[in-house]
Amino acid sequence: MMADNGPDAMFVAGGTDLYPNMKRRQQTPKVVIGLTHVNELRTAKGQPKDGVVLGANVTLSEVTNDPRIRDAYPAVARAAELISTPLLRNMGSIGGNLLLDTRCNYYDQNYEWRKAIHFCMKKDGEICWVAPSSPRCWAVQSSDCAPVMVAIGARVKLVSTSGERMITAAELYNDDGIRHLNKRPDELLTEIHLPPVNGWRATYWKLRRRGSFDFPVLGVAVWLKLSKDGTVEDSKIILGGVGSHPIQAITAERMIAGKKLTEELIRDAAQAAYQPAKPLDNTDFAMTWRKEMARFYVAGTLRELAAQN
Amino acid sequence: MAGNNGGKRGLRVVGKPFVKVDAKAKCIGELKYADDLFLPRMLHTKLLRSTVPHARIISIDVSKAKAYPGVHAALTGADLPPITYGALPVSEDEYPLAIGKVRMVGDPVAAIAAVDEDVATEALDLIDVQYEPLPVVTSIQDAYSMPEPRIHEYGELGNIHRRQVYEFGSVEAGFAEADHVREDITFYEGSTHLALEQHASLAQFSHDGKLTLWTSTQDMHYLHRHLAKVLEMPASHIRVIATPNGGGFGGKCDPFNHEIVVCKLAMVTGRPVKICLTREEVFYCHRGRHPVLMSTKTGYKKDGSITAMHHRTILDGGAYGGHGVASTFYTGILQPTTYTLPNYRFEAVRVFTNKAPCGPKRGHGTPQPRWAQEIQMDKIADHLGLDPAEIRKQHAIAPNSITANWIRIGTLSLRQCIDKVVAGSGWKDKFRKLPHGKGIGIACSAYMTGTQTPIYYNKLPHSGVQLKLDRSGGVCVFCGSAEIGQGSDSILAYIVAEVLGIDPFDIRVVTGDTDLTPVDLGSYSSRVTLMTGNAAIEAAERVRHMLREAVSAKLEVPGERLSFADRRVFDSQNPDKGVSFVDAVCLAEEKYGTLGTTGSYKPPAAPGKYKGSTIGPSPAFSCTAAIAEVEVHPETGIVVVPRVWIAHDIGQAINPVLAVGQIEGCVYMGLGEALMEEMTYRGNRNLVHKFPSFLEYKSPTTLEMCDVITYLVEEPDANGPFGAKEVGQGPQLPVPPAIANAIYDAVGVRVDEIPLTPDKVLKAIRAKAKGQEGRYGPSVFPTCPMPPAMVVPTPFQGGDGKALEREPAVSKK
Repeated sequence: MMADNGPDAMFVAGGTDLYPNMKRRQQTPKVVIGLTHVNELRTAKGQPKDGVVLGANVTLSEVTNDPRIRDAYPAVARAAELISTPLLRNMGSIGGNLLLDTRCNYYDQNYEWRKAIHFCMKKDGEICWVAPSSPRCWAVQSSDCAPVMVAIGARVKLVSTSGERMITAAELYNDDGIRHLNKRPDELLTEIHLPPVNGWRATYWKLRRRGSFDFPVLGVAVWLKLSKDGTVEDSKIILGGVGSHPIQAITAERMIAGKKLTEELIRDAAQAAYQPAKPLDNTDFAMTWRKEMARFYVAGTLRELAAQN
Repeated sequence: MAGNNGGKRGLRVVGKPFVKVDAKAKCIGELKYADDLFLPRMLHTKLLRSTVPHARIISIDVSKAKAYPGVHAALTGADLPPITYGALPVSEDEYPLAIGKVRMVGDPVAAIAAVDEDVATEALDLIDVQYEPLPVVTSIQDAYSMPEPRIHEYGELGNIHRRQVYEFGSVEAGFAEADHVREDITFYEGSTHLALEQHASLAQFSHDGKLTLWTSTQDMHYLHRHLAKVLEMPASHIRVIATPNGGGFGGKCDPFNHEIVVCKLAMVTGRPVKICLTREEVFYCHRGRHPVLMSTKTGYKKDGSITAMHHRTILDGGAYGGHGVASTFYTGILQPTTYTLPNYRFEAVRVFTNKAPCGPKRGHGTPQPRWAQEIQMDKIADHLGLDPAEIRKQHAIAPNSITANWIRIGTLSLRQCIDKVVAGSGWKDKFRKLPHGKGIGIACSAYMTGTQTPIYYNKLPHSGVQLKLDRSGGVCVFCGSAEIGQGSDSILAYIVAEVLGIDPFDIRVVTGDTDLTPVDLGSYSSRVTLMTGNAAIEAAERVRHMLREAVSAKLEVPGERLSFADRRVFDSQNPDKGVSFVDAVCLAEEKYGTLGTTGSYKPPAAPGKYKGSTIGPSPAFSCTAAIAEVEVHPETGIVVVPRVWIAHDIGQAINPVLAVGQIEGCVYMGLGEALMEEMTYRGNRNLVHKFPSFLEYKSPTTLEMCDVITYLVEEPDANGPFGAKEVGQGPQLPVPPAIANAIYDAVGVRVDEIPLTPDKVLKAIRAKAKGQEGRYGPSVFPTCPMPPAMVVPTPFQGGDGKALEREPAVSKK
């Protein structure tokens, strides 16, 4: 069907992202191909010691409630559980969340509103209103699961009539509000491969206005491998919601490598980690405050993981 | 006191938690809201709305849209008589569809009636409108500095819509008497009602030339008059039916363009025509809280008594008048109703801007000045080293007094309210004693129970109730009030049941229908229980008299010995001797013929006699004290409110469960305005609303809602039915300032601007840490030329309620 209809067609799983966007005429597929009854996509397979494979159409509620995920991948369960509302988690799928359209207060508006600002480059227009001199779109990566999958090193399977490929979650995302996915429209995300659980730990903190409904305006996912004496052997610090893709805080990762997470080091790492956050005035909350919070959240996540002994 | 001769004894229905008459229908989804109505051959309407904030309309071409398959009619402003309408007679400045110019993004320009909404939406894209853009007025500052181009021609001065200056007594003399004088500049951001039900209307024009409109409205009677005017039809040929409202909060008080448009489309097409607004469109209807900048200069003595207040306000009114002139009064006129205030000067300015029009939202114009006053009271107490609860209690206004601006106060148990929340919250053990980051704060308020004056001048009743009884024993209550969820239908049943000694569920209530029900002015200004209640008591007492006479003759018992209770009419000295209520009705029908009575209500005259004195007076004033507990995170500025204690003097709760529900709703709305709600625009992006959506316009969810501990204080007021006073609006007013005062107790900083978002709190905390003033808020209050004050001697000065002759010398700046 996808091959028959080309770029006019889109896949839809839970529809919690696509349908509101269609209603506001942000996304305008002529054909939507429902995946609800593709049973192969609805299952979670494997055990944590070898890695769990999630079908892309497993709902967020199922991810949250799966005992394997809860026990062995608590950061994944937590990110899924923090998404939107219980009703939408019952509909929305893990794959759909990873492919969530980027969001922006200049884009997530109805047609008439967007017409009043002469549209934006992400849809029907030419300019990025949040940064008018910029040649690119700054819509925000707003999936809670994306930074976690990048941090823990999950991989995803993309399938099309021309074959299939496995890429890392980090490779799935581009730093561009429009072409934010490294996925062709005809490719279907079928599986998410969570890595084997072998001594690493991870967590996810989400900043939003309210305890429900809201997309993240900052999400911090941290993955750590600590030696027995608490020395950092490897780490990933990923910031979500403050750029068009999950942002890796490389300087901070290097700073903590080979060291023990003392309070002083945590504070220095947080200071280094918040620098690459690029929040702009296109989500909820004042952007300078959001950037500030990146420091606070990175420190909080590192403290939480350091204390897990 | 009407109803029960002043005593609480013997009440069988009033004061008891009876189920609402519409509760079951609401719970099982049976109740029909306006959008649930379907008529055969019905068409659907969509409005083309302006995409520019301020422009002349050069041309509108609807020819392609008209020719689109499925479209039955396309209207523009030219298809309607060029007659303006608007909530208040002094500011009728709206057209149903724009004529000549548009004044905001969202102004309706054209309307399509089509077979369904999708076809209508597609046809909108075929309408060609050419605009000539005009400079845009984005803010109060713009309105002051840009007299041209004028958004409306009729404003007092350029884009200044309205100015009001009053002086009661002499503030100069009051300041001279004071030990200290302080001035605080504060800001209260605008917010919208966020009723769950979007506005919807359905119009039908019959072949005999009569028009019926079903619509989600709070004020059916005023809408009825506007329809007659704009459609140039006799009002007697128009029937307006107020469908049950899925929330109002003031957002469905104004007559709306879409209501007039569907009527016109029904007349043009000969088919029923419906519209249901989208959530975005509801944001454009707005009529919500005005953003208000305030300067409050207050003189006070060492004991905390206030000698004078000079209170100035500037309201950002948006693109239309609406109720704005009344809102402007309310940003000051109730300041003297909580604490003794001998001298008071009030200056208010409302400006036009190219934004959605503001108007009445819960508390109408008063939450803003209460915010200014109550956070200032906290600063005064702090400065004097006094307990803020005690200072309020000491200087609370005395019951049965007249304020400096000639508002008569009846019962007012503010002191008892303060005692309740102080005791309940453990205030004395907590205030200034909680660990850093935790705090507690108090604020108070008083509020009107209905206004003394109707919106257009007349001497007619404000509320009418009609009763119909027949041999079945059935009692039917007819009243023009509009049920907006507050329980106004139930109140009628409870009160009539109480007077006639029957069960509320024996009664059928018919409301909100201009053909069937007598006039009631509508669900605004917390007037409904008091006014419809008094009218219902009068009607019920009249019919009770008839039943009594008939039963008295039959039983040969003197009428005054007959009691009405438990669905019986019986001899109070020999309760076994009596007849059933049904038999009593039959006897009365036999004696008098067909049974029917009416009752009506009009508020008592107010003592003020100066121009403008009609706004503010009310038959009765409620009052509230609230204490909020907060947790402020010192590193993020995030504020959490775990608990609010609130005590409200309601006079007499007709139904305590509904009363507590109103109070909890007030706390919810106050919490939202305090912490997050913002009706804001992008000034540099064509002045679009920042986020006209339920998702991005932030209001608290159940997870953010605090625990509420409510105390009902019942001090019956002689003017209320069974002593009842308002509860729908007043309890909201002290919530935001109580939270701000608690933040000060928690982390020692003042945030003088609503909403209290974490970035503002953090800025104030950081400023304090650097040794600067621990405050976030406005510091400049712009001025504009003001007319001379109307000077009114106060009752304390021996005034007679009239203004002095105007003296040009008192003109200010």
